[in-house]
This record gives sequence, structure tokens and C-alpha cells, in this order.
Amino acid sequence: MPQYAALIYNADLDWTQPEQAHIMGDYNEFGEAAAALIRGGAALYPTSTATTVTVNGGKGGDVVTTDGPFAETKEVLTGFYLLECADLDEAVKWAAKIPGAWTGRVEVRPVIDFGAGAS
Amino acid sequence: MLAALVRTTGSLAIAEDAVQDAIVTALEVWPRTQVPDEPRAWLTVTARRRAIDVLRREAARGGKELAAMAAVEPDDGPVPEYVVHDDLLRLLFTCCHPALSLETQVALALRTLCGLSVAETGRALLVPEATMAKRLTRARQKIAVAGIPYRVPDAAELPDRIRGVAATVYLLFNEGYSPADGDAPERRDLAAQALRLCRLLRELLPDEASIMGLLALVLLTEARRPARIDADRFVLMADQDRSLWDASLIREGVLLVGLALQRTPDSPDLYVLQAAIAACHCLAATAGDTDWVAITSWYDVLVRIADTPVVRLNRAVALAERDGTVAGLAAMDEIDGLDSYALWHAARAELLLREGLKHEAVAAFEAALELPVNAAQREHLRARLAECRPAS
Repeated sequence: MPQYAALIYNADLDWTQPEQAHIMGDYNEFGEAAAALIRGGAALYPTSTATTVTVNGGKGGDVVTTDGPFAETKEVLTGFYLLECADLDEAVKWAAKIPGAWTGRVEVRPVIDFGAGAS
Repeated sequence: MLAALVRTTGSLAIAEDAVQDAIVTALEVWPRTQVPDEPRAWLTVTARRRAIDVLRREAARGGKELAAMAAVEPDDGPVPEYVVHDDLLRLLFTCCHPALSLETQVALALRTLCGLSVAETGRALLVPEATMAKRLTRARQKIAVAGIPYRVPDAAELPDRIRGVAATVYLLFNEGYSPADGDAPERRDLAAQALRLCRLLRELLPDEASIMGLLALVLLTEARRPARIDADRFVLMADQDRSLWDASLIREGVLLVGLALQRTPDSPDLYVLQAAIAACHCLAATAGDTDWVAITSWYDVLVRIADTPVVRLNRAVALAERDGTVAGLAAMDEIDGLDSYALWHAARAELLLREGLKHEAVAAFEAALELPVNAAQREHLRARLAECRPAS
């Protein structure tokens, strides 16, 4: 079955702070409901902890690190799930149940299965 | 198809992959070869071949013998009509999946369901061929890797999907009825396929008012088709020979409009309203008998739910008939955003001519001719332009 990354974009937040407890409650509910199809995932620290890396001049060039996320936007990547679903319709159905979709957006992306053989 | 393949391959995963591959191949091949007479049989055979390839590869990899291979053979036989219809609907819903942009949905439908070439699809949607080819390739890739399913949504999802599907079918019909440009005044194959899809949608959702409205609109427009082109020249509705209109299509369409209006007393629907307007035209024995009061009222409602410049233009045309040329012209001049729309210039030209403003009318006809129109429309505009210039 195909796997989908459900990338959660929301206002930047710190999952570890006590005021996020109610959100964590919603996420725990989702986690239980979707337990059968969740193959992985993570909650990310806020973008203030992010470091962006690029190599100027391509392979072997100068490594340039920048403080902060790739793009300064109102909604940032706050976490993701890896979901195994029959098709896109099922993935979208579950993405809509992720609390982050209620306040922000969830981007659903099919995951490449490099083990699937040539096709 | 899937069930049979699961049975013969013994693997749901292999069967599913094979079916998905067959559909992607269909999206690639059908536009070139036309949709086969028996799409289901075609898909079944293709999926089976694909499954055999996979099984062979796995067998080679594991060094296993595949005794069951003989079981994977196409069980050919006549495919019943309802199965063909089911396949067309599935293909329609796949093309019109909301995970694809509307332009992409229409492009896929034109290419896959109507068999247009990439170049023709590009022309219909006013996009260069190379851009269209890229768009179609990206769409097929997304259908395959994102796993857009090949199925008619279940009852719970259907209401959300109807709007998109209806919009695409309507655009298909319009492209057939009045190609955006090119030499053909109409593409009957496209219009016929759109009508066929409308009827299938109506069978799928017999109680859905917007589908009744869409089918009625298509029927009532199609009914007038025989009279609208004469010797490759577009004929205005007022000048059409109404004896050429198809009475049985009109009867069917008018009945549907009645039914659909009963179901939408307090939630006017885009297609039902347009069908009601078309019915008013179809029911007038002569152009002079047209009930412009009713038509203008329908447009008033239509503007409330779909306030677009083109709807306003049509309302202004009706207003000119109900309240006089001056009122119609004033309403037309109020509309923003139609400078590049040939029919706005053409409609203004007709009203200017009625007011005796020949110079302005000539300028408006000329402006219309500068813009993209199809050959029949161009002939009509040229003839009208010649008529307003003094004979020399």
C-alpha cells in the first residue's frame, strides 16, 4: 500500500510548552484513531531552533548555514505523519482529521518506495 | 475487475498495482486510439498482462515456478453496456478529482474522454501545445504516484464531487458547441460525448437537481444546434429557422427544468437557472414571442449566485429586449473586464446599430473581429460589418 507524508503547516508553536496541552490531547486522539495506518512521524521544535544549510557552488562548495527556517512564512512545518493508505482519497480523509488541518494546512505527499522495483 | 485479478494472482497488492498501471496506460493510450468500444475488457486485458509481468519478475527473483500462471488469462466475452458506462464514469471521476486543478481536469477530460490530441486540447484551453503536453504528463504522473483512485466516489463523498464533475462536463459541451477558436464552427463529437456523460451522471444521481439542470441545459442547447449554423455562418437566435429545432430534445429538457426547479425552490442552482432561460427561448414559437420579462428575471437570480461579466452581458442583452436598447447599452457599458471578449463587442455593436449609431457599431464589430473567434463567428461578424457600411 502506498505511504503518504502528511506535512503539518501551522503558526509556529512549541509543542513542549504546557499551554499546548489541549492540542496534544487532540493529537493523541488522532494518534489512537489512526494507529493502524501511522507508520511514523514527529513533532518539530519551533523554527527559532532551525538551521538552514546550503552549499554554495554545489557539491564540494562552501557550506553556508543560516539561522532560521528555509522560508519565513506565517505557517511553518510543525510536524508530520507517515500514513499508509489505500489511495489519495483515504489519505485526504485522514489528513482532515489531523488537528493541524483545523487551524492551518496539511500537505499530503506520496512517499517514494525505492524498494518497489523498477516501474 | 480487481476482484477477478486478486483471485487469479492471489495477491491484492499485485492486482491493485496492475489495475492502477492499466488505468494510467489508458489515460496515456486512449486519447491516441479513442476510448475502446469495451473499455472494461481493454483494462482487464491490460491489467492481466501487467500482473503476469510482475508475477514473472517475482518468480525469476525468487527462483519459483509459477504453476498458477495459466489461470491469468483474459476471459473474453461481450461486456454489458452498464459495465462500459461504469468505466466511463470512473474515468470521468478520476479526471475530475479535486486533487487536480480545474484546468488540468478539463484538459484530461478533453484528452481522455473526448479523444482530442494534445494540440487540440491546448487550442481548446488557449494554451501552447508544449505547455499542454507538460501539464498532461504531470497530471498522469500525479494520478499514478499520488494514488488518485479509479472509482466513482461512494454516496457520502458524491455531493462534494458533483460540482467539479458538472463543471468539467459543461466545459466539454461548450467546447464542442462553440470551439474557442479554429476553423470548425462546432465539434459534434465533443458535444455528443458531453451529452452522453450528462445522461450517465443523471442515471448515477437521479435526484440531484444540478445534474437535472445540467442535462436540461445541454439538451435545450443541443436542440437548437441544427439552426445555428447556415452555410458555415453563425446565425443569431432571432434569425434562426425554428422549425429546425429538435422538438423531442426540447420536450425532454423542459420537463427536466420543471422537475429541477421544484427541487430547488429556495436554493437556485447555476445549471437549473441557465436551463430555465434556455427553456424560455425554446418555448417561443417565434423570436417575437420570446418572454423577455421571464428571461430577465431568471438572469437577475443568476447574477445573484454567479456574478460574472459574461452573465451580466447576457442579462444586458435580455434587458435591451425588455426595457429598450438604451437600457441594454447602459447595462453593457457598466460591465468591467470584457474588453477582450469578442461577444461583448458584438452584442454592443448590434444595439448601437439599432440606435442608428453606425460609426460606433462599425468600430465595435471591428473590435470583435480583432479578438479570437471561430470561423463561423468570424463569417457572421464580417457579414454584419459589411451590412452596416454604406454600399460602395
